[in-house]
Amino acid sequence: MGEVILTMKGIDKSFPGVHALDHVDLEVRAGEVHALMGENGAGKSTLMKVLTGIYKKDSGTITYFGKEVEFHNTREAQDAGVVIVHQELNMVGDLTVAQNIFIGREPKKGIRIDDKKMIEDSKKLFERLKIDINPREKMKNLTVGKQQMCEIAKAISHDCKLIIFDEPSAALTEKEIDDLFKIIRDLRAQNMGIIYISHRMDEIKVITDRVTVMRDGGYVGTLITKDSTKEDIINMMVGRVIYEDPKTHSMCPPDAPVVLKVEHLNAGHMVQDVSFELHKGEILGFSGLMGAGRTETARAIFGADPKQSGKISIMGKDGQLHEVTINNPQDAVKAGIGYLSEDRRRFGVVVQKSIIENSTLACLDDFANGPFINKAKEKKETERLIKELATKTPSADQLVMNLSGGNQQKVVIAKWLIRNSDILIFDEPTRGIDVGAKNEIYKLMNKLASEGKSIIMISSEMTEILRMSDRIVVMCEGKKTGEIRIEEATQENIMDKATRNIN
Amino acid sequence: MTKKKSLLNDQRFIALIIAILLMVIYFVFSKEFRKYSSILSMLDFSYYDMLMGFGVTFPLITAGVDLSIGTGMVCYALVGGTLVRNNNIPVAVAMLICILMGVAIGLLNGILIGVMGLAPFIATLSTCMITRGIGSMCNATPWPTLQQPGGWFHSIFKLTFGSGRGAFKFPIGFFLMLVLMCVMEFVLNHTKFGRYTIAIGSNREATALSGINVKFYHVMVYVVCGFFTGLAAIAYAAVTPTVQPGTGAGLEMDAIGGVFVGGVSATGGYGSIIGTFIGVMIICLLKTGLPYIGLQANWQQIITGVVLIVAVLIDIIKKRRAAAV
Repeated sequence: MGEVILTMKGIDKSFPGVHALDHVDLEVRAGEVHALMGENGAGKSTLMKVLTGIYKKDSGTITYFGKEVEFHNTREAQDAGVVIVHQELNMVGDLTVAQNIFIGREPKKGIRIDDKKMIEDSKKLFERLKIDINPREKMKNLTVGKQQMCEIAKAISHDCKLIIFDEPSAALTEKEIDDLFKIIRDLRAQNMGIIYISHRMDEIKVITDRVTVMRDGGYVGTLITKDSTKEDIINMMVGRVIYEDPKTHSMCPPDAPVVLKVEHLNAGHMVQDVSFELHKGEILGFSGLMGAGRTETARAIFGADPKQSGKISIMGKDGQLHEVTINNPQDAVKAGIGYLSEDRRRFGVVVQKSIIENSTLACLDDFANGPFINKAKEKKETERLIKELATKTPSADQLVMNLSGGNQQKVVIAKWLIRNSDILIFDEPTRGIDVGAKNEIYKLMNKLASEGKSIIMISSEMTEILRMSDRIVVMCEGKKTGEIRIEEATQENIMDKATRNIN
Repeated sequence: MTKKKSLLNDQRFIALIIAILLMVIYFVFSKEFRKYSSILSMLDFSYYDMLMGFGVTFPLITAGVDLSIGTGMVCYALVGGTLVRNNNIPVAVAMLICILMGVAIGLLNGILIGVMGLAPFIATLSTCMITRGIGSMCNATPWPTLQQPGGWFHSIFKLTFGSGRGAFKFPIGFFLMLVLMCVMEFVLNHTKFGRYTIAIGSNREATALSGINVKFYHVMVYVVCGFFTGLAAIAYAAVTPTVQPGTGAGLEMDAIGGVFVGGVSATGGYGSIIGTFIGVMIICLLKTGLPYIGLQANWQQIITGVVLIVAVLIDIIKKRRAAAV
């Protein structure tokens, strides 16, 4: 680690009604990867927005290369060498890679854009990052991982000295994360300062040199990564101890009946000949790398995407398996399946609407006399679920967009519980949800399973799979490559199956 | 955002103030406007805009649009009138035909948009042209006037007591509109159809994944719009001395503009029929009222345009504020 390049001291920022940052300190040195951690809402993003000039601080000082500075917008910050790689990629899909990297500052030849120079410069950037991307390719044709690399290329093309990664790994596969880390290490070796925001504890241990933890808008402390344990950091984040022990044995009785049987399911090239069984009261984990076809399998079962062939049987009221035809989500919902999408905001909730309207969306019939809605009954039932799931909200009329990720997820769970769905498909149930709320969701899933609901849980987090599943199905490139009982499951044998088709 | 809802935050309230302000200005500056007959005639020409407005509110809430309502309305009125004149069908049947044609074109729009996946703009632009074409095949048609047998149908919107110069006319249509407003506001907020309309406008995919037949409800949105266009055709025939073929293009814009002034979100997911009522009222006040205070009709278009921009800006600013919290 080299000299101190950035010191933020006593940064304070209030919004109407919220004290978002309460005298926060942060110090970054040249040639270090500095993790910024904290639960959602701890103030990490706000702090970064203050740094890059999106928000104006109320008080405190920012010292950058020995001089006190205050950037008024991201442009000024960029010019000074402070750039941010956002979690959501800001790329124009229909433009080429090179056009995206140089957007807003295209090299000119007379009045014409100098495409040749742009492509040459892009190539140089990629060489520097040691990655292979064609600058002439349209951005939308790249994988998310490659798109992120372009975002990084764009960042370093600004001759930056301090680069901020805001949850860069959220959408990446393990392999892409490895590539990302290689690049980050290279940048570190080039003596850049790097701020790395992430929820993933494993990554923090692997890639960072120091960790600064924030909680509820305040500064908690800074640790040297290699001298501290995972528990140290988590305790600082939440102010309480969390146990992330893997499950040792299945909670599902061995004689539990099969409630869902999928045989030889084919849907596009992402789902090829997938068969599995789900038992009553079981949590069946679906593990695999990004793009393994797990979400596609779930969507095909749920009727959200067309399938070419396959047989789906569901346990009826008589306790027997019956083959069902599912052509669209309506059929699936009727058959008792509920799907909780990985992308809540797009597929799960109607954010501008209230908790009530979201909760009863799947079964308005139960709350309607003919075409008319019984609003009192709706409210009563929603309030019961809010209580049961411990959803944090001032009232049932609250708009869903004002809830945190964890509470939004609870609204979606409430929707399917009110619908009385027996089979719940949780697709990345804790994505974008902070550590404390994660545990609540886990507890809730365990409770649902113990009450006899059957759960399929798709997850890309190994710890989550090992902690929650009674049994694990592993997929790779659209095929099921293994099925492991929790008693035998290890990180290694799951990863082995998850990468079986690669190479 | 807290539960506190300021009245000023409600666009409908702002619209209401603007409407009242306009009326006050007219009353103060125009002797002519203060006459009962002027108000009566202004109301006469507001009914069809109002009915189109009620209908098109639903597609607009789903972030769609229906451009076919203007030419559609004129087309149905022409077909109905032609049948009355040439084939001697009863007026009541002609009215029913207007409504059925409206529903049919609405169904076509709905299927094109909700099932086939055409962009609402393109689908309804096409049906706009089609209905204009059909209308052009008819001759200019006066629907039976008051003096003729069958003139009863005017009293749907305007009751006349007595006769000659001393006759007293009562704008029953205005109260019909108020009743319809209440009914449709109820439909929007208290029925499954209304709830799903809003849900589709807010997030169609999430609604579909909740197991709702979004295609059906999306089609129904346009059918309801078509139904109201049919009603508008009746109102149009009732107040227009002669329905002219080839006209009607642009009439939809008054209704759509009114809906936006009334606070429907341009990006879908929010709307209110009470808002539409007030919004269309403002448009009608501008349309028929400005000449009374000495402004030429040209000014009406310009001022309406400005009002529309302001209304949509309010919507955008509100959203920004909400997002900033």
